[in-house]
Amino acid sequence: MKRLKNLLFLLAAVPVVAFASEANLHLDKAPVNLADQESLQRGARMFVNYCLNCHSASSMRYSRLQDIGLTEDQIKENLLFTAEKPGELMKVGMTKADGKTWFGATPPDLSVIARSRGADWLYTYLRSFYRDDSRPTGWNNVVFDKVGMPHVLWSLQGEMAPVMKKEGEHEVIERLELVKPGSVTLAEYDAMVGDLVNYLTWMSEPAQVQRKQLGVIVLAFLAIFFVVAYYLKKEFWKDIH
Amino acid sequence: MSAMQKLMGWVDDRFPLTATYKAHLSEYYAPKNFNFWYFFGSLALLVLVIQIVTGIFLTMNYKPDAELAFTSVEYIMRDVDWGWLIRYMHSTGASMFFVVVYLHMFRGLMYGSYRKPRELIWIFGVLIYLALMAEAFLGYLLPWGQMSFWGAQVIVNLFAAVPFIGEDLSIWIRGDYVISDATLNRFFAFHVIALPLVLIALVAVHLVALHEVGSNNPDGVEIKKKKDANGIPLDGIPFHPYYTVKDIVGVVVFLMVFSAILFFAPEMGGYFLEAANFVPADPLKTPAHIAPLWYFTPFYAILRAVPPLFGSQFPGVMAMGLSIVLLFFLPWLDRSKVKSIRYRGPIYKIALALFIVSFVGLGYLGLLPATPVATIFAQVFSVIYFLFFLLMPWYTSIDKTKPEPERVTG
Repeated sequence: MKRLKNLLFLLAAVPVVAFASEANLHLDKAPVNLADQESLQRGARMFVNYCLNCHSASSMRYSRLQDIGLTEDQIKENLLFTAEKPGELMKVGMTKADGKTWFGATPPDLSVIARSRGADWLYTYLRSFYRDDSRPTGWNNVVFDKVGMPHVLWSLQGEMAPVMKKEGEHEVIERLELVKPGSVTLAEYDAMVGDLVNYLTWMSEPAQVQRKQLGVIVLAFLAIFFVVAYYLKKEFWKDIH
Repeated sequence: MSAMQKLMGWVDDRFPLTATYKAHLSEYYAPKNFNFWYFFGSLALLVLVIQIVTGIFLTMNYKPDAELAFTSVEYIMRDVDWGWLIRYMHSTGASMFFVVVYLHMFRGLMYGSYRKPRELIWIFGVLIYLALMAEAFLGYLLPWGQMSFWGAQVIVNLFAAVPFIGEDLSIWIRGDYVISDATLNRFFAFHVIALPLVLIALVAVHLVALHEVGSNNPDGVEIKKKKDANGIPLDGIPFHPYYTVKDIVGVVVFLMVFSAILFFAPEMGGYFLEAANFVPADPLKTPAHIAPLWYFTPFYAILRAVPPLFGSQFPGVMAMGLSIVLLFFLPWLDRSKVKSIRYRGPIYKIALALFIVSFVGLGYLGLLPATPVATIFAQVFSVIYFLFFLLMPWYTSIDKTKPEPERVTG
């Protein structure tokens, strides 16, 4: 019994170990809603305008944007800058070597970035740039220290500066503060980044909406099948005691 | 004689069709008291079929080429008709295969299914488990993500820990100095041809051995000891139709769980598909934390729990190997007078409970980075894991057992 008690104690301590080993980085919850097609369309426009110059999404075809309610003509007129046909993949002209020279690292392909980083990380990251003159680009990021990417959306958000606090011996960033306003308010900027992250989440797996719809049908079918199978079994097993 | 009977007669003169059908289905007598735990054998067979069929379709679109592999998986997910469904069936199937197999093995531990005369069934089963681990490991390289690459790197490097020949051995396995296109190609060949052939052959002999001696049951008593005038076990019922209709119910419930994961949480919170594996493999960028998939983590935790000796990881590799090899000896380590946990004494029950807690605990710790505290827990659990086997001859022989019933109960 004593052994069992010790064991239970050990087990109770295990989750503490888990927490102690993770760095505590607070991430804001991204407003992901794949049913909101207008948000996805706004996000797609932002993605094509701001991201798709350095970052590719080389697994994604422009034509797939029809899934979020755009027509082929709308895609052709508004979103095709570098590609010629909607059937093409979202590639960029910048080569990997150029990216490495210009930013210190090749900008990653964004096809499945929401699956590797997570929507919350992206949402927080895109809202955490601040002025840092020690960096070659003049920008740094709270979530991704010494990031190679400059604050591409700065004209929208404006310039943020860190507010420091003392934590023991070190100075750490407590929060960011707006020092030079951009073309939109911070709340509007959050909403725009929300749309963009919503789009990135959708783009990371365009079939996911269809997947969930099909899942409901499959589970409903199995539920009915279960009733049939259950009574079939009962009928056959009547005479077994 | 009808035309159908004539045809069957013609076939039976040339191939034992009716005889095989009788021997394995309509006149294979299984104990009538199978419970919940007896679903997992047939479910494992179902998952094997799912993996093979979905695997064939994936092979039609996948490119085993370091330059193309990652993109070809995304191509399957986006541009191949129903490609996402096939891919998710395969990735969910891989994890569910282990879920089902672990529950199937636990059933064996509970009811003594490995005991005489079923030693060979158990040994074939452990071989299936080994082949399955190899198959899963090889397959995990194919998406060519960061975890595919670095996971394979870590595992192949284990072979490099073998004294004297280790370095050459690991190069021989990889076909290169690092995991590369050559490695991807050979892993692909093993994953789609070699290991599936081995698995199917092992499953066949597992079943032949089972049908030779007959199934065990939750009471652990031999139903063949009590037969009626026709030589049919009194507690046996024909597998078909009784267990076929019963297994259909199990299959439907299993498919509901399977579909709930596949359609609503295919990543299963990062346990079935790791987030870091959505980043293409990069030999120059080591991920901060490399964790194998959940079904390997108990053994990975044992590996890390053993401290290196003279700077060599070999003792850990040996311990990991031993933890699986011990399973083969189980039929001879158990000295209890009874098979089923129902008639065993408290010692075995506690031992089994501790073993399960340790195994699950090791699995959990294997997912985490190795901190000093986590390592101590892993060491405690590893010791319990090994003692479960090594002390078994002693504690099963002193354990107070209850008498087994003459016939199966309930």
